[in-house]
Amino acid sequence: MESDQHFGQLKDIVKMYLPDDVSVDAIEVDSNFVKELNINSANLVDIVLDVEDAFGIRLENEDMDKMQTVQDALIIIAQKLQVKK
Amino acid sequence: MLIINDIINKLPYTDPFLFVDEINMVSDNAIEGRYTFKKDESFYKGHFKEQPVTPGVILTECCAQIGLVCLGIHLLNSEKVGTRDFQVALSSSDMHFLLPVFPLETVIVKANKLYFRFNKLKCEVKMYNQEAQLVCKGVLSGMIRNNSI
Repeated sequence: MESDQHFGQLKDIVKMYLPDDVSVDAIEVDSNFVKELNINSANLVDIVLDVEDAFGIRLENEDMDKMQTVQDALIIIAQKLQVKK
Repeated sequence: MLIINDIINKLPYTDPFLFVDEINMVSDNAIEGRYTFKKDESFYKGHFKEQPVTPGVILTECCAQIGLVCLGIHLLNSEKVGTRDFQVALSSSDMHFLLPVFPLETVIVKANKLYFRFNKLKCEVKMYNQEAQLVCKGVLSGMIRNNSI
């Protein structure tokens, strides 16, 4: 399914910014980037910039505000790709 | 010129941790500033014993105050958000040091913006001494945000 594929791509990006004490297996659909995956706000920006490059989309400030969990990110990615089509 | 002085007045630092004397140039993509290390900066007493040399972390700090914070204040201003009450934090530094800087030397910091998005400013910085020799260079990033937003 397309969303599984997006999750895989997103996971590959997120894992590069995980702190040493968080394992890749901890990245699940409902994971909270800051509270559960211990990603700081500076690295969250890096994730967003990598997502933009990987999916060919552009996120705005309000998207960033909404992006609390992996699920939130997947919804935003799907919406942006839909608009692009 | 007024705008440039305004940037220094808005810096959240003071003696003994203010490392910006002057901003020579600022645009939306680049900034240039200078600082002269005083003879009696607090760290010279211990770095090193009876042989004062400016610590690399202080050179990094000087680059960050000019390249990230001063440029960040300018960029927030151009986005027309107030900079009366803002927060800054250094988030990463990758610096290389080529020459020592001694007391009373003047250094010039030149920074080029790589990006400023979602409150994160990432810059390529270079510091030169008064002989125009490259002292240190690297890439710095930090978060700069307005509290009132």
